[in-house]
Amino acid sequence: MTRPDVVVTGLGATTPLGGDVASTWDAMVAGRSGVSPLTQEWAAQLPVQIAAQLAVEPSEVLDRVRLRRLDRSEAIALIAAQQAWADAGLADSGLDPERLAVSVGSGIGGATTLLAQDDILEASGPRRVSPHTVPMLMPNGPAAWVGIEVGAKAGVHSMASACATGAEAIALGLDIIRSGRADVVVAGGTEAVVHPLPIAGFASMRAMSTRNDEPEKASRPWDKGRDGFVLGEGAGVLILERADHAAARGARVYARVAGAGITSDAFDIVQPHNEGEGAIRAISKAIADSGVAKQDIVHVNAHATSTPIGDMLEIGALHKALGDHPVLSATKSMTGHLLGAAGALESIATILAIRDGVVPPTINLDDPDEALTLDVAAHKARHMEIPAALNNAFGFGGHNVALVFTRP
Amino acid sequence: MTRDEITAGLAEILEEVAGVSPDDVAEGKSFTDDLDVDSLSMVEVVVAAEEKFGVKIPDNEVQNLKTVGDAVSYIEAQS
Repeated sequence: MTRPDVVVTGLGATTPLGGDVASTWDAMVAGRSGVSPLTQEWAAQLPVQIAAQLAVEPSEVLDRVRLRRLDRSEAIALIAAQQAWADAGLADSGLDPERLAVSVGSGIGGATTLLAQDDILEASGPRRVSPHTVPMLMPNGPAAWVGIEVGAKAGVHSMASACATGAEAIALGLDIIRSGRADVVVAGGTEAVVHPLPIAGFASMRAMSTRNDEPEKASRPWDKGRDGFVLGEGAGVLILERADHAAARGARVYARVAGAGITSDAFDIVQPHNEGEGAIRAISKAIADSGVAKQDIVHVNAHATSTPIGDMLEIGALHKALGDHPVLSATKSMTGHLLGAAGALESIATILAIRDGVVPPTINLDDPDEALTLDVAAHKARHMEIPAALNNAFGFGGHNVALVFTRP
Repeated sequence: MTRDEITAGLAEILEEVAGVSPDDVAEGKSFTDDLDVDSLSMVEVVVAAEEKFGVKIPDNEVQNLKTVGDAVSYIEAQS
């Protein structure tokens, strides 16, 4: 039996750059930063007082009563999924619910619900704790809500691999369709933990930028002045569909999901392998799985979070596994790091780069690190033909995921 | 507090917790069948009602409160 082709027929997102895919992509190509000061009262005590917060609040999209029972990460997953579902035109397509699956994950989950309800427990006692607490904080909550929304009955999966979650959720969706378990998978990632505790935790690891006086310049992958990542929040969702299923219903196809590579470092709980060994294998596997010639993969949306070590290890890995020809983007320079949603949002950016023939800019790359030996579209977008492109995502725990997308 | 006042108070809670229109709230209405209040929201309604009316509504009583009128009667008797 030949392996079925898998394509992308719908996109949805709500991000620090915009409330949907179109506005996010426009801002990205224009090189706008979504990072701003944290003006909340609790921020004053923190070493990090900047973040990339949502451009459009969920309350502008979902009604108040619905939001009462949704963690913020669930609400935005639902919003992105609604957009992707509508974009794919699947609502009245007669799709069999038993051929529809969901693969939507989060890096951290409903932490803000957990902490808010703990405050209530401490202040007012157990009877005041919301009965919605558990479904709001459980890590499968976003996937489950999306499954209810679209009526998915072929399985609802919630990947959790830290900052590789969104990409690995897409890889799982690819596997589900290839193995014949579903014809359509709603796949992506979500994250909403702009809250003092997660920020304090990341800051204690010295993983975050403290460039509080220049928020828009704080996320600067590959720049000599980089001093850590900037936390972002948002969700990205893709509709993955068996190619012949999409063709039969005359669906608009954005791109083909040509291949995926997943590896683990077995090295350190937070540090990437010191020679990028796991990343090299993930990229190599994704390329082999895709069957695409390396020379055709001319663009990479890199993981590049703006941390001193990780940024350069990825450059080395790309050199070894792909070559010296691709033009890179670090869109986190604009969106901040969406953790579990990063791989999904950046896959959307990779797909739109292929569609529009444009490499989005990497802003703030004013003084490139000497070890940056690959071409980057610094400051301004670059227009070029992109037959195929790669997206990397790596996560705490030693997760490495690479995805290859091509033109339809 | 009159029965109408208690009903109005419950209507406020139902709107806040479950998005029920106050116009739909009347003594004869069933929480689950008529007003679409699910089990988790009913827990919220009970806790909010305890606070609002200064009463205690034990969990084993909640199952007897099928209609708005049942709840009004219970609150009226307790307060």
